[in-house]
Amino acid sequence: MALVPTMRTSNLNLWALFDKITGNFLLRRIVKALFTIWVVTSITFFVVRAMPGNAVDIMIQDLTAAGVSPDDARNQAAALMNINFDEPAYLQYLDYLGNIARGDFGNAYRSRGLKVADIIAQILPWTVFSVGLSLLITFTLGIVLGAIMAYMRDTWIDHLLSNLAATLDAVSPALIGLLAILFLGVLWKIVPIPEMRGAMSPGIQPEFSLEFFADIFGHVRVLLLVYVLSFIGSWMLVMKSSTISTLGEDYVTVARARGLPDTRILTAYVGRNATLPLFTRLAIVIGVSMGGSILLETLFTYRGIGYQLARASYDRDYPIMQGIIIVITAAVVFANLIADLLYGWLDPRIRIVGGGN
Amino acid sequence: MQQSIDAVARAWRETVKTFKLLSRNKMGLFGFLMTVAIVFLAFFGPIIWPPETSANVQDINAGVSQHHWLGADFQGQDNLRKVINGGKDMVTVAFLTGLIATLFGVAIGSFSAFVGGAVDGVLMELVNMWLTIPRFPLLVVLATVLKLGDPVTFSLLIAFLDWPSLSRQVRSQVLSLKKRDFIEAATMLDLGTRNIIFSELVPNMMSFIVISMIGTMTHAIYQQVGLVFLGIVPYSGSNWGVMITAAMNRGVLYNPQAMWSILAPMGAIVLFQLALVSFARSLDEVFNPRLRTSV
Repeated sequence: MALVPTMRTSNLNLWALFDKITGNFLLRRIVKALFTIWVVTSITFFVVRAMPGNAVDIMIQDLTAAGVSPDDARNQAAALMNINFDEPAYLQYLDYLGNIARGDFGNAYRSRGLKVADIIAQILPWTVFSVGLSLLITFTLGIVLGAIMAYMRDTWIDHLLSNLAATLDAVSPALIGLLAILFLGVLWKIVPIPEMRGAMSPGIQPEFSLEFFADIFGHVRVLLLVYVLSFIGSWMLVMKSSTISTLGEDYVTVARARGLPDTRILTAYVGRNATLPLFTRLAIVIGVSMGGSILLETLFTYRGIGYQLARASYDRDYPIMQGIIIVITAAVVFANLIADLLYGWLDPRIRIVGGGN
Repeated sequence: MQQSIDAVARAWRETVKTFKLLSRNKMGLFGFLMTVAIVFLAFFGPIIWPPETSANVQDINAGVSQHHWLGADFQGQDNLRKVINGGKDMVTVAFLTGLIATLFGVAIGSFSAFVGGAVDGVLMELVNMWLTIPRFPLLVVLATVLKLGDPVTFSLLIAFLDWPSLSRQVRSQVLSLKKRDFIEAATMLDLGTRNIIFSELVPNMMSFIVISMIGTMTHAIYQQVGLVFLGIVPYSGSNWGVMITAAMNRGVLYNPQAMWSILAPMGAIVLFQLALVSFARSLDEVFNPRLRTSV
């Protein structure tokens, strides 16, 4: 019933159509996400190609210095970047955007002939696996520990865990990584760090077998531990304060007065409502983990997307850098989008406000 | 003459008052003294203990001893001396980044809050968008392409990436302060916009601004160490990041004896951060006008 009047008024009216698009929560969020990716893509294009003394000019100089004739060098660079240098700058830019929209990021500079998109497709799963698994562990553990801290507040357990969480939250992931290597690998010799290089051992085939899973877990375990230690502190603290404020809500008091069992209050009344605000943090943490993966994967020589970006920037391999930064941005922006939608779906109050008609 | 004596006396009283307020909080005083000590050592330490120029073969990877308080590195050079000599870049970048990012964040955040309306909406939409971008990867790419060689341009780049989050916080602070009674009273008394901003708003936001600035500073330290570790910003000479990288490349992974070469710069970074953070926590007592009048 409610839909009919809006249909009639928006009939062939461009302004009303625009209004409807901006009024639509989902559509508005998608447009925003695409806009964000476009901004990063444009910044990369600008610094890699359009600025005076830019990366492509330097690449051509490098090739010329290596004995390639200037014309050949120019053609090679153009082929790598998949751009026609004879076109005016704005057409190059449009070509570049078009290529990226089709998933074509050009060819790698150092390992000739390999497509950047293929390289990324090969390494991306490892980062998704390690970051995703660590997020899952951190999120679950953080919620449980945070709730414990809130329930037992002002006991020694709470003080211990709160201080621990605050300390872990303050120390950067890279330092935790270094300490893990130093203590677990070098001093106590619990894990053989040098043998854990790469995402899996040479000779192991990716297949659905126990041996394969044991092997990839063996390679990822310390990295996973470092991710968890780096990010669990903030989850614990946020969950603690969220639980404490939920415990003060009237509906919890009423539930207690009604004589509901404690476990039911914990799961259905407190737990559910206290975890809600944490979902908005999920997206932020995904972004931070992606940033952290550059240092941590390099530290542990884990062949994921962060390691590859670090290597590419060390090698000045601009096509790969460009491709990876766009993929990382897209991943984080869409994670944000999904988290937003998830939050709206989980929390009816947001859904009503967000639907905003 | 009398006036200037009065002014000096007043400044002296203010300073004493500030110290009294600072010393109320033991952690804060410790943080303040520690920060001052680190900055002093980083800038004047190298004059007293200049960097060693030659290798000492007999001291390679030496442990902690009377001669080497923090051990010696892969060239047999004293770690403590290297830490003292490697602090200047770190401290400079931290302070510069904090200053620039705070300046931009406060200016744009309060502008947005004061103007309001469509400008505010668009600015905050852009800031929110910027916050979803993974900034460290972008920093890695930009730092590689722009080939940063000196601490100043590096600070500018980090500040450019970091100010938006600050501006959003400043905006919400200004918006909430604008609705308080004392600001409304000042507006009704027609005390003038400039007066309201500088003698009513800013003193109430000061502790918040300085605390955010210190947050940006610690962030800048980590980003700088990260980029040095990745080999993207090879500053000449030694700084704490270069020390960590060198220790990693010289086989700390295989040699427990070399442990001190990596623990020393890490300890310096953690200590600097700890000093800044505990200093920040006590600043509320110094800047908050309500707490200040109680002395």
